[in-house]
Amino acid sequence: MLQIENMVTGYGKKQVVNGIDFEVKPGEFVCIIGANGCGKTTALKGILGFLPLTSGAVRMNGNDTSRLSNKQRARLFAYIPQLHIPPFPFKVADVVLLGRTPHLTSTVADVTKRDKVVAYEAMKQLSILHLAEREYTELSGGQQQLVLIARALAQEPDLLVMDEPTASLDFGNQQLVLTRLHVLSRAGMAVLMVTHDPDHALFCADRVIVMDGGRIILEGSPSDTITSEIMQRIYSTNVCVANVQLDDGQTRRTCIPLMTTREAPATEYAQTASAVLLGMKGNPS
Amino acid sequence: MRNRYNEKHTERNIVNSCADPHASLASENAALDLYSTQYLARRILICSLVLVFIALLSFMLGRYFAWPPEVWQAVKEHITDFVAHLQNPDAISVISDLKLDAALFNIRLPRIIVVLLVGMALSVAGASYQGMFKNPLVSPDLLGASAGASFGACLAMLLNLEIIWIQLFAFAGGMAAVFFVMLINKAVRADAILGLILGGILVGTLFSSGTSIIKLVADADDKLPAITFWLMGSFASITVKDMLMVLPAMVLGFILLLAQRWNLNVLSFGEEEARSLGINTNATRTIVIFAATLLTACSVAVAGIIGWIGLVVPHLTRAIVGPNYKVLLPTTMLVGAGFLLIVDNVSRLLFSVEIPIGLLTSILGVPFFVFIYRKNMKGW
Repeated sequence: MLQIENMVTGYGKKQVVNGIDFEVKPGEFVCIIGANGCGKTTALKGILGFLPLTSGAVRMNGNDTSRLSNKQRARLFAYIPQLHIPPFPFKVADVVLLGRTPHLTSTVADVTKRDKVVAYEAMKQLSILHLAEREYTELSGGQQQLVLIARALAQEPDLLVMDEPTASLDFGNQQLVLTRLHVLSRAGMAVLMVTHDPDHALFCADRVIVMDGGRIILEGSPSDTITSEIMQRIYSTNVCVANVQLDDGQTRRTCIPLMTTREAPATEYAQTASAVLLGMKGNPS
Repeated sequence: MRNRYNEKHTERNIVNSCADPHASLASENAALDLYSTQYLARRILICSLVLVFIALLSFMLGRYFAWPPEVWQAVKEHITDFVAHLQNPDAISVISDLKLDAALFNIRLPRIIVVLLVGMALSVAGASYQGMFKNPLVSPDLLGASAGASFGACLAMLLNLEIIWIQLFAFAGGMAAVFFVMLINKAVRADAILGLILGGILVGTLFSSGTSIIKLVADADDKLPAITFWLMGSFASITVKDMLMVLPAMVLGFILLLAQRWNLNVLSFGEEEARSLGINTNATRTIVIFAATLLTACSVAVAGIIGWIGLVVPHLTRAIVGPNYKVLLPTTMLVGAGFLLIVDNVSRLLFSVEIPIGLLTSILGVPFFVFIYRKNMKGW
């Protein structure tokens, strides 16, 4: 569906993304991870057309998106930004209705009945109908982000594109947003998400793209890509990726940051920790 | 490609959307209910009625006071007279009270109409700028339109030009100032909003200095007082000619801004979000700036500097109908017109000498602003 071919982009003459190739298939949840400044947000801006491409192409269903107008592009991609507060206390229902903008025949004309129904269904799908009459600015960060996701759904896009949608949310709200995203993805929505937290990628991604220095260094399933070695390499810190057994018997993979000690080399330390964690909740027998 | 639909979900989707017509009809009704704007329509109707009432009141009040029956009589006579003269230019006038007729139709009517227009213009321009610059504390002179128009008018007065030229110079000055701002914005190549605000500050300062220089060299006996008085803003000498001059440009400005009211909602969420929602942000910004400058320059040209309306009225209107530009923009025009008309009545009736309305809007605007801000603290 979405194909990125040798995309080079950046700010003015400064190239930040140096030729990346990847694709997102229908219904797939793809996460891009990498350290600050690795070019993951810049890559998103190139895909969304916020930045001009120096070379390469972004194709959606085979069509080059650089030839499309903002309006046409907005029917393919819906963008969910990092949380920020707009200056005016719009009603939640009105914010979601703005997602219909690319489908209006003219912005002077009134929205149609169908636009209202689509916006309503989007709120229903994210279970935020009870917030519809509230003011957007007085919601919690997690709820605000759900409203923006509903607005994105109202665009009826082929792909949701998100730039760290959970940044600046507290622990509970991060989980709230990720869980709803996961449900959406299970219902067939394709998602491309940039995240700063590898645990989020482990939580909901089908496929992970690891970026470093403006290039893709690795691509694959979460368990193949998010390993102690890779995490240590891209984040330059001591990390242990461990499988933890939960009380109900399920095993979950997670990243654990470690204190950097001189005595124990990183990898050795990580392996020890991994073993300990697995044994921690081990079988009673 | 995997099939990601699990059974439970598919079931739910069917129930929601297609299989059960009652369910979908119910959600359709709920959606229409949610987006019903009836309560807003009522509030807008009340605003309109209040405006009509104030306008009629302004028609009666003045040094030559007239009760409603007298006004009604005069209006009837004026129309009859007008029609009679259309048919036969030599017809004998049927107007019984010539003084009242002159007061109503040569002085009060054009003045009231221009006050309404200026009130609408400044408020709608201010509201639009507040959305476009994502900042509730912005007024329509942000990009130097007022400073440029003042400079133009003062220059014309210094050159001893006629009133029509003063107005044209003011208009040209306002448009030129904002044009320079656009050039600076292009030159600095910063973020579009930042570049515009920076340009506005620079150009505003430049033109204000120009105005000061003109004041410095102006004849202190007659020109300087005229310039100073003009800068304080006044509707005292409005004629039918003034009204006809600004009317077309202002109507154009109103139409352009009202056509952008959906886009203004989207723009207030920021540049990138607006683009991702399919808005051509550059085109929208250019239209809004052009229309707002047109309105501001026309206002200054015909009535001088009238501050605070463009800042206060949009906030007052948000307190009445909420922040959605679809409703806010037309309503702010009604409220702005009514607000300025009240202030204008005070300015001409309070004392035997008229108080310059620009002073009065500032004096009334500041406490009023504090009042609304306190009431609406959580946001606009």
